[in-house]
Amino acid sequence: MIIRLSVKNLHFGYNSTEVLRDLTLEVGDGQIASIVGPNGSGKSTLIKCIDRILVPSAGDISVDRCNVTKMKQMELAQMIAYVPQNSLRVFPNTVFDVVLMGRRPYLGWKGSKRDDDVVWEVLGLLGIDNLALAAFTELSGGQQQKVLIARALAQETGVILLDEPTSNLDVWHQIDVMEILRSLVRKRDLTAIIAIHDLNTAARYSDIIVMMKKGKIVSAGKPENVLTGENLASVYGIQANVRITEDIPYIIPLSRIPQKTAGFKK
Amino acid sequence: MAVRRGPVRGREVVNLKRTRTGKKSKIQEEHSHSVLKKGLFILALVVIIVLASGIIITIGPMPITVLEVYCTLINKFIPDIFSISRSMENVVWLIRMPRIMGAILVGLGLGICGCVMQAVLKNPLASPFTLGISSGAQFGVSLAAVFGITILGGPFFLIGNAFVFALLCSGVIIALSGLKGATSETMVLAGIALNYLFQATNQLFNYIANDDQRSLMSAWGMGSISGLNWNSIMVIGIATIICVPLLYSKAWDLNLMTIGDEGAKSMGVDAGRVRLFIMVVSSFLVAALVAFVGVIGFIGLVAPHIGRLILGSDHRYLILAAGAIGAILLLVADAISVNLLAPTVIPTGTIMAVIGVPFFLYLILRGRRREYWS
Repeated sequence: MIIRLSVKNLHFGYNSTEVLRDLTLEVGDGQIASIVGPNGSGKSTLIKCIDRILVPSAGDISVDRCNVTKMKQMELAQMIAYVPQNSLRVFPNTVFDVVLMGRRPYLGWKGSKRDDDVVWEVLGLLGIDNLALAAFTELSGGQQQKVLIARALAQETGVILLDEPTSNLDVWHQIDVMEILRSLVRKRDLTAIIAIHDLNTAARYSDIIVMMKKGKIVSAGKPENVLTGENLASVYGIQANVRITEDIPYIIPLSRIPQKTAGFKK
Repeated sequence: MAVRRGPVRGREVVNLKRTRTGKKSKIQEEHSHSVLKKGLFILALVVIIVLASGIIITIGPMPITVLEVYCTLINKFIPDIFSISRSMENVVWLIRMPRIMGAILVGLGLGICGCVMQAVLKNPLASPFTLGISSGAQFGVSLAAVFGITILGGPFFLIGNAFVFALLCSGVIIALSGLKGATSETMVLAGIALNYLFQATNQLFNYIANDDQRSLMSAWGMGSISGLNWNSIMVIGIATIICVPLLYSKAWDLNLMTIGDEGAKSMGVDAGRVRLFIMVVSSFLVAALVAFVGVIGFIGLVAPHIGRLILGSDHRYLILAAGAIGAILLLVADAISVNLLAPTVIPTGTIMAVIGVPFFLYLILRGRRREYWS
């Protein structure tokens, strides 16, 4: 395994409030890393800092051992793609046009045939080429999520960041989207970093889990080592039954722990 | 551990073998047809502008045929091809053509400015009028008419004031929103607030003005392209030739900005910088246009929406279509305003609203069934 993405001593804050504190993280190629933690722990902020949508106050980010912290945004967009939780829908766009937007880092004044070919290939890969001429706004949540993933794939980057890709989806679509992601990551040697709330989905599809609390990494490693009863108690303040089946932890939340008993502070 | 040296930009994670060797699928054929249809639609709009211009020039006290109009215009650029009388040439070229060119350029400019403003502000209600730029210009005109405070002297006293105050208004919007990071919401709110402020002051000026001053202010405020001549067309034309390519060069970035600033930034586009660039260039063009023709409010709002309902939101096509639709709307509105109650000229802005609103409502209702061409 080659280290694809490396984050070192990353700090970020809004005004005087520090949101991310001294984060260090390494993810290899062909791996899915899920970032989990309670609301406000800094998961989405971390994702946005890696893609420099938010500018970190300190720290280094490297992709393939190249420091991208000072890189131009257009060059960075050729190395890291970002799938937002939702996409703004003020004006109508066709699915083809939305995915073609992913080619922006390569486009000159005029698009090329290769850009169109990439879009068709990506749409075919995700099985949504039949929707190419449909309005993005008229699609279901699951279809929209696939389109946004297709747009990230059209960027042809080694790293894909996803912010809550399954949060608005039913169970069938959650599995569908995560299976597609895992297959793409494995077959195409990509690195995916996912900010996610659903611990069971994270456990099932991730190679690495990064557990955060109040802007700090509490624990990182294989799912069965991170998603333990102790960690869930200290980070989420819940008592949970954790069952391990075929090395995959399965979490059944039982009850909240009174804050003083757990040493848990919201 | 193996170590990869250097960054791998633009990894070809997509395998293009299938699309290179394979035949086009049905949906790909349909997509190619839709692209072709968009191109043909814009071409058709250009043809309509040429034909409508030829027909509208024939309307007037001196009877002229469409063929004579085109012969006169060709003769102007390639002399002595056709035999055209001097009086015919004067009527077509000096009297009627400036009005046509003015309608085309002003309609084109306002349509395009409305289109790009709506995109960068992510707001379907954004237009030079709703952002207060036109009201700012009107404020400048009122200052000149009521208090005699002018920036340029002589015959340009109204134009100079309108231009400078339209630009000042845009400058204030950009500066105010810059304090909060130039987000689309702050720009729209700042524009609306200034619009109210200028409207209120214009009403106050209107109240204290005498009849002559009031007549000057209201003639400008209702918008008309009657006063245009080849000199003013030259100024408007230069502003359009400079600004339109600059705005069109951002077509890709505008597509990305409609999905949100974060999405745009993740694909390499600095949304704040593009928004600032578009606002500065489009404000300059709008200021140049409204300074000469007054407030014509409807085009900047409606032309982009008509284009969007027909073509979708790809700004590579939409900017051109919005400009062409704006030109056609203003050509038709101006022809009606001049000829409906001739010799009385109805203000073009009034006619624009009267014919434009029902047409626009029809398109919106029709659009519920089918949003675009695809």
